[in-house]
Parts: sequence; structure tokens; C-alpha cells
Amino acid sequence: MTGNDEMVPKDPRGTHVGNKDIYGRKITYSWWEPEVQYNWALGPAMSRFLEELKKGSIVGRKCRKCRRILVPPRMFCERCYNPTDEWVKIEDTGTIETFSISYIDSDARKIKDPIFIGVISLDGASPKHGIMHYFGEVKADEIHIGMRVKAVWKHVSERTGAITDIKYFKPLKKGGGKK
Amino acid sequence: MSRKVCVIGVGYSDFNSMTPDIQWKEMMYGACQKAYRDAGIDVRKDVDSFITCGEDYWEGFSIFDEFVPDQIGAVLRPCMTITGDGLYGLGTAYMQIKTGLLDTVLVEAHSKISDLLTPGEIMLHAMDPIFDRPVTGPVQRPRYGGSPTYTKEEPKPLIGATDEKQRVHPYFLAGMEMQHYLRTTGTTEEHCAQIVAKNKQAAFHNPMADYEANITAEDVMGSQYLFKPLKSLEISPNVDGAIAFVLASEERARELGVEPLYMSGFGWCSDTPWLGTREFDGGYAAKAARMAYKMSRIERPREMIDIAEVDDRFSFKELQHLEALDLAKPGEGAMLLEDGELGRDGSIPTNVSGGSLGVGNCYEATGLQKALEIVVQLRGEAGRRQVDDAEIGLAQAWRGIPSNSGAVAIFQKGGA
Amino acid sequence: MKDVAVIGAGMTVFRRRMLETGKELSFLATKMAMEEAGIEKKDIDMVVMGSAPDAFDGIHMKGENLSDGAAGTGKPYVRVFNGGGTGVFAPIAGWWHVASGAADIALVVCEEKMGSCYPHPQTAFRHIWDPILDRPLNPNLVWLFAMEMNRYMSVYNIKKEDIARVAVKNKRNAVGHPCAQIPDEKITIEDVLNSEVMAWPVQRLDISPPSDGASALIFCSADKVRQFTDDPVFVSGVGWNIDSTMWTNRDLYFPQYVANAAKMAYKMAHINNPRKEIDFAEPYDPFDYKELHHMEGLLLCKKGEAPILTREGVTERDGDMPMCPSGGLMGVGNPIAATMGQKVCELYWQLAGKAGKRQIPGDPRIGVGQAWGDIMQMGTVIVMRRG
Repeated sequence: MTGNDEMVPKDPRGTHVGNKDIYGRKITYSWWEPEVQYNWALGPAMSRFLEELKKGSIVGRKCRKCRRILVPPRMFCERCYNPTDEWVKIEDTGTIETFSISYIDSDARKIKDPIFIGVISLDGASPKHGIMHYFGEVKADEIHIGMRVKAVWKHVSERTGAITDIKYFKPLKKGGGKK
Repeated sequence: MSRKVCVIGVGYSDFNSMTPDIQWKEMMYGACQKAYRDAGIDVRKDVDSFITCGEDYWEGFSIFDEFVPDQIGAVLRPCMTITGDGLYGLGTAYMQIKTGLLDTVLVEAHSKISDLLTPGEIMLHAMDPIFDRPVTGPVQRPRYGGSPTYTKEEPKPLIGATDEKQRVHPYFLAGMEMQHYLRTTGTTEEHCAQIVAKNKQAAFHNPMADYEANITAEDVMGSQYLFKPLKSLEISPNVDGAIAFVLASEERARELGVEPLYMSGFGWCSDTPWLGTREFDGGYAAKAARMAYKMSRIERPREMIDIAEVDDRFSFKELQHLEALDLAKPGEGAMLLEDGELGRDGSIPTNVSGGSLGVGNCYEATGLQKALEIVVQLRGEAGRRQVDDAEIGLAQAWRGIPSNSGAVAIFQKGGA
Repeated sequence: MKDVAVIGAGMTVFRRRMLETGKELSFLATKMAMEEAGIEKKDIDMVVMGSAPDAFDGIHMKGENLSDGAAGTGKPYVRVFNGGGTGVFAPIAGWWHVASGAADIALVVCEEKMGSCYPHPQTAFRHIWDPILDRPLNPNLVWLFAMEMNRYMSVYNIKKEDIARVAVKNKRNAVGHPCAQIPDEKITIEDVLNSEVMAWPVQRLDISPPSDGASALIFCSADKVRQFTDDPVFVSGVGWNIDSTMWTNRDLYFPQYVANAAKMAYKMAHINNPRKEIDFAEPYDPFDYKELHHMEGLLLCKKGEAPILTREGVTERDGDMPMCPSGGLMGVGNPIAATMGQKVCELYWQLAGKAGKRQIPGDPRIGVGQAWGDIMQMGTVIVMRRG
């Protein structure tokens, strides 16, 4: 940004510009959008995890030393600092550890239909080991921490090998169970 | 500050032009695991501090520091990121140990540059947005309904070039700098071509190197001009790989029964970021070296330093840096080359690892690749490329295009 | 280990958009700090830059670009970075530059220019998420806070009004701060509770605003400090700690990494009983509940006790354990790394008796500053004491 003469900083602590200055074109912008593209190699743990999602199943890795079953899976255990040992099948049911109901999108713009989002610890993994995902088929006054939920999968023809192959998690019991 | 700092372990992953089989996490894990084994320590108990060197845009994250601790063993331990070359990491570890607060520190740096499909664009993104980027190609128009300045009418770029031709690759800066170097020193393009041949030949003896080649200076001269006078074979090609160092206080090294190999000094410097006012003479390396020499009590570097690994990401950079580091007199780098002094048997063996031209450009890990070679040489573990009687070695790296910054580290065998 | 003292501090105003570029903001803050210390650029041996994601400024390797504004040109200059933790981590790095003997005088500059990022600074935060597990869900940064806040509230059964109290206290504390972006003398708990819901339970007035700004600090080794001041403020403890990247694999109700960092800093500062020995604190408060969360992490109260102490007025400026006397991020603004101004410069100003209208009564001797970063995983802690 550059200012014209009457905007030369008077305050040694800096010069605030507001919407009036911007819309009144008192300041000049330059604009730049980088062409940024990445193609992350997934590695063995994430590759297998996504391939399994495509098949409609969730897998984790077991560390024999600390006996944890890790979801999302990784090839090394961060606590023991050893390679993990085996693949373990994880259930697509679990418990809500925490959640939020979002009225903004990823650019902080308001949205009409709120997004239900949270962390689900999955059955078959170690306690408190889970993933972040959406919730659906649930109302704002029903959802609560501790609620039991189950994955709703996309149709097999629509799956791409991505976390979004699960559409969302829905309450295991109709009405959401007891709060 | 009498406490001395030692290198007690090093490790590196496989180096390859592409690594589609592993994630950056697994690559870092591979290098760190080897370094801990080399040092003979249990990372989950024995390491006091962890340092990674990485830049957000190289990695593709807004906060790369998040994606570091698990694979280097730093969970629930002191851990940090430096947005800089691996040598900055070593310097930081050096200071942390010198305070006496911490005894054992891990430093890791890596390149997973094959994950990034547009590295040239990212380098442009490092240039000043107001003064420099607009001259490299068309200024883009707002896509998002726009900056508030542009709301109502068809967006008009306010500054810079307007035609829709491709943006120039930022390596043109290296071409400009090479032109300047050749003109001020009388060094020839052939000299620079010889550097490429020397380093790519040397790389045959380094199992880590990915770009060894049986080529001659004539082959290099025959390669295409990309940024005249810079030719295609004079540019170090990208490589993926991770390198890890474990540093410790001398007392800690002795406790572990490791023969101390000292890091006796470091230095770094950022010269002006402005393209328009910089000297294009590697002044950052000169200032960093003066700091490191002072710390290591090296008064006569040309006599005292036995082996050097300097940044050669563009052929001429090796000669320019040797002069800036005072390992050659100003303008005389090419004479050392002609006299064979830069070879393994010369008076100042330089880039016997193959350098970046032979090993590959590993971005922020470049400095650690240089430092690793010095450590391996001083330990006497360099096999067919071993330099005889090396006691004091120097590693130097630059932060690459378009920076004007770099670092130096000095390593010594025996009493430092 | 050399003792390290502070001899000058500077801070620009914090606003949503500033006219000055990042370089110019850095320059203004640096100049203020140099003037207070009575030194020039040539007296500075080494420079540390703290700045958060490059994507805000829209400059790759932004540390390099900012170096001239931060008096770093031609000097040893390095940028450290751990997300939101940077505001306290950069001065920790400044500390080891001097404590190690490498520098006699080190300058630390923290800068953030969030207004450059379009359409919103939060767009840059999209890229803090895991590219495989999280980004396909199009997350917003606020989600993280909302999920952590919900977990914290439900474990201890905390009411929203007890959290809103922090927003009110800090916005009121910010009145009289010459740099403050959103001080508000008249704000009430109802205002916070009635503000727009962003991502439940987070409402608009629970959040600190994005800002442009810079701050600077100058450190000097103890053997040189008497040239500059008779009444120095010393760094007596530093600590930093990181937890696993896999944030969905841990319970978010308690920040163990902050506790670890605090223990490291207290050990160095020979503080055995933080609740008694520490006079005031600047816990990181980008959201109101974070002050409570971090007060517990800093071991300044029992787990779950922070909301109660806040309700009882203990954390007010004239309370027994003032929290965020600067006005914090909630009142002064949140230019990520530049919040060094509230979290560390403020310790110096309070301990040196230079905090003006914000001065804590009763002659404070020991203060602790803390920041928090990465993906709910980084704790950075600094302890300062009067000489």
C-alpha cells in the first residue's frame, strides 16, 4: 500500500486506514495471486487409509510397545519412536469427543445452513483416538459430547479415496440418545 | 562461555529426485532415527530440544511447525522451527547449548520439493510484491470479486507489465549475478563449466548423490543457455531428502563415550533484500564467515581450513563463495580451480561430496548436506572420497533465489 | 549462562488495516525500542524476527523481505516460527542469543500484516490443516477453538457467561492502551452473549480481531546493562513445548504442552510455587476461554478453577493475580506474532513501572507471559523479574 501526501504518517505508532480510505481510493493496492500447486506423496500409512476408505472401511495401525491402536494410522509411533507393527480394522461407529456448529465457511463468510463438525473417537481404536468429521441427521438441540454416532458412506461409485468418502456421522439411535 | 559444542550423531534419508513412496513425515523419521542411532541415544529420554528448518511455502502449509514433532521424536518436548537453511538450525542449537540450559539438541532439515509443482512461482512469491514482482511478468487481476479498490469496474492493473506473456523464471537473477561475477573477476564461462564437471564427477564417490555424471566441461559448454550466461547444466537439479544432526555439549559427548567432533563456530548474515541495491558479490557469505572465523579463532582461513563445502547451486556460486569466504583471493577462485587446488588432493578440497550440482539442490537442507560431508570427512568415514588429514572443515550455504542471506559453520577434530 | 535484561520496547498501533507495509511497521516498532534504549542500529549485534504464516503478507520467505525494516540488514538475522506461539518464542530466541554469549545486544522484532490476505486472513488459515485428513472438509480456523472450548466447558461444566467475563475484563483493561484496537469501557457480559454466533460455542465477541502491527524488544547482557538503566528487568525463565500433530488423538480439555513449558520456565526461574510467587500474568487470549485454559496450563490455579477465580475478581488488574493487564489480544488486537507487545513487552512495562494507566498496583516483581500456537499444540512461556 502507498499513501498520497495528506496520508503521510503523523502518528509515530503507525497509520490506521479504514473502509473510507479504501473505497475512496485514498490508498493504492498491488495484487498478486501465486500459482501454487502441490502434489503430496501420501506415504504408506495414508495411502492404505484412503484406499480402505474407498472400500468403505477404516484402518488403523497398532504399536505393540505402547499397545495403542492409532487412527489416523501412521508408520511410526510418536510416543515410543518406533515403527508401528500391524494394520487393524476399526469400526465406523464412535463417540463424539467434542463438536461445533459453524455458521461461517472457510473464508469466514456467513452461510445459511450451519455445518455440524467435531471429533469422533472411533470404536476399536485406543480411547480418545479419532478423526474430525461432519455430523448429519442431527439437530442442534440433540447433539452432545458423548453421543454415539455411525458413519454414513457415499455410494461406492462416488468414492474417490478421500476422507470425504464418509459423508458424515449420524446418531446411532434415532433422536440422538440421551443427552 | 567455555562450554564446547560437539556433533554426536548424523543421519540422512535416501536422496532421490522424486520420493512418491513416502510422506515428508516418513522421510524425516528415517533421517532422525539414523541420527539417534549414530549418537547412541534414546530420543524420548535424551534429547532436550528439537529444531527443524523449513519454509511454509516449500512445504505447502501455513504453519509447518505443526507437522513436525511426531516424526522427529519431539512430542511433549521443546521443539521449534526456523524458517531458514539447516545451518541456521545448527547455529541455533549451538547457542542453546552454550546457554547451559540444554545439553542435547536435534537439528533437522529436508527437501520434499517434488511435492511442490510450481517452485519457480514460489520463488517469485519471495520477491518484493511492490517493486520486483511486477517486472517479472503480468500482474494478475483479482479473481475474488476483488480487492475493494476494484469493486465496480473491470479491474485494471495499476502497476507493472500488462501483456499476457509468461512470467519469467526467477533464476534470471542467477544469470544476472553470474554476468556480474564473470565481468568483475575475469573468470570465464569455461571455468564455471569445469566446476560442474568436477562436482558431478566427484559425486560418483558419494552414495548419497543423485546427479553424478561422467561429463566434461565441453559438455557443459554445449548445454543450452537458459539465463545467459548461465547454461542448463550449470543449475543444480532438485532433490528430495532429509538430514538430521544431533549436537551436544562436550561433557554430554564424553558421557556417551563419543569422540568429540567440535562445532567451533557459526555465522550468518542477511544482506539487503532489495534487488536494486545489492552488490551481487556474496557479501552475506563474507560477513557470516568473519563471524564464524572469529568464534573459531581462525585468523588465516586459507591456511587453516582443510576442506570446504560451499554452496554451488549455480556453477559460478562455488567460485564466488570461495572468494567471499576468503578461501581464495578476490577474483582468484578460477586460478585455484585451474591449478587443481579444489580437487580432493588440492590445497583446499571443495565440494568433494559432489556439491549441490552432484547431490542435488535440497533447498533448506543444503547447509546440512554441506555440514554432513564435513562431519563424515573429519570422522574419516568418507570412503573413496576421503580427504587426507582433514582437521578443520567449513560448510557454507546460501538461502537461494532471491535471498541475499546465508550461513557458515566450522567443524574441528580434536581440541577446538 | 549470562543474565539477560530488557532495555527497550516498542509497539505500533494494532488495527485491522494499516497504511504501512510490513517493513515499515517493523521499522516503527524497532525505532521506538531503540529510542527507549538509547542505541542505534550499529549497537545491535544480532536480530531475531518473529512472524507467523507467510501467506498473510503474501511473501514467501517473508523473514528475508522484512529484514531491512527490522534493522537486520548486514547483520546476523534469523526468523523463528511456531504459529501463534511466535510472539513469546521470538523473545525466547532473543534470550539465547544473549545468554549464550553470542551477542551483547540482540533486537527482537515481531511483525504481522494480516490485512494483505484476501478475501480474509482466515483464508490463510485453511492451510494450517492436514492436507489429507482435514482440508477436504473445508475447515475454518474457528472450528478448532470451538471444539476445544466446547470440550473445556463440558468437562468442567463451565457456563458461557463465566467465559464472556474474560472478554469484558480484557476489553476494559485495554482502555488507555495507546495501541489498542478494540478497547471498550462499557461492554457487558450480555453484549458478548448476544453477539453473533460464529461457530457455536464461539461468538463474535469471544474472538480477538485480525490486525496489522509490529512490536520490538531489545535485550542486553547483564554485564552491559548498567550503561542503559539503573533499574533493569531481567528474563529469569524460558520454556517451550510441543504436543503431537495428531490433535484428534488427545483430550483438548487441558493444555499439557503449556504446563510442560511452564514447568521448564519455572525451574529455570527457581519458582517452586507459581501461584504465590508470580505477581501477574499475560496468558495468551486470542479467544476469551483461552485465558482460562492457559491460566490452568500455567499452573496459576487448579484445573477448572480459572473461571471461578475470574468470577471472584482475582484476575482483575487490582486483584490478587491480575491476568492480561495489557488488555490482551481480546482488547488490544491480534496481529499473531506481534502480540509480543501484550505478552512480553507488557511484562517489561509493568515491571519497570512504565505501564501508565495500565499499571498494576502494588509494585509487581515477577510476571509471566505465554503464547500458544500451531494446531493447539505449542506452548511458549517467559518469566521476567525486576532487577
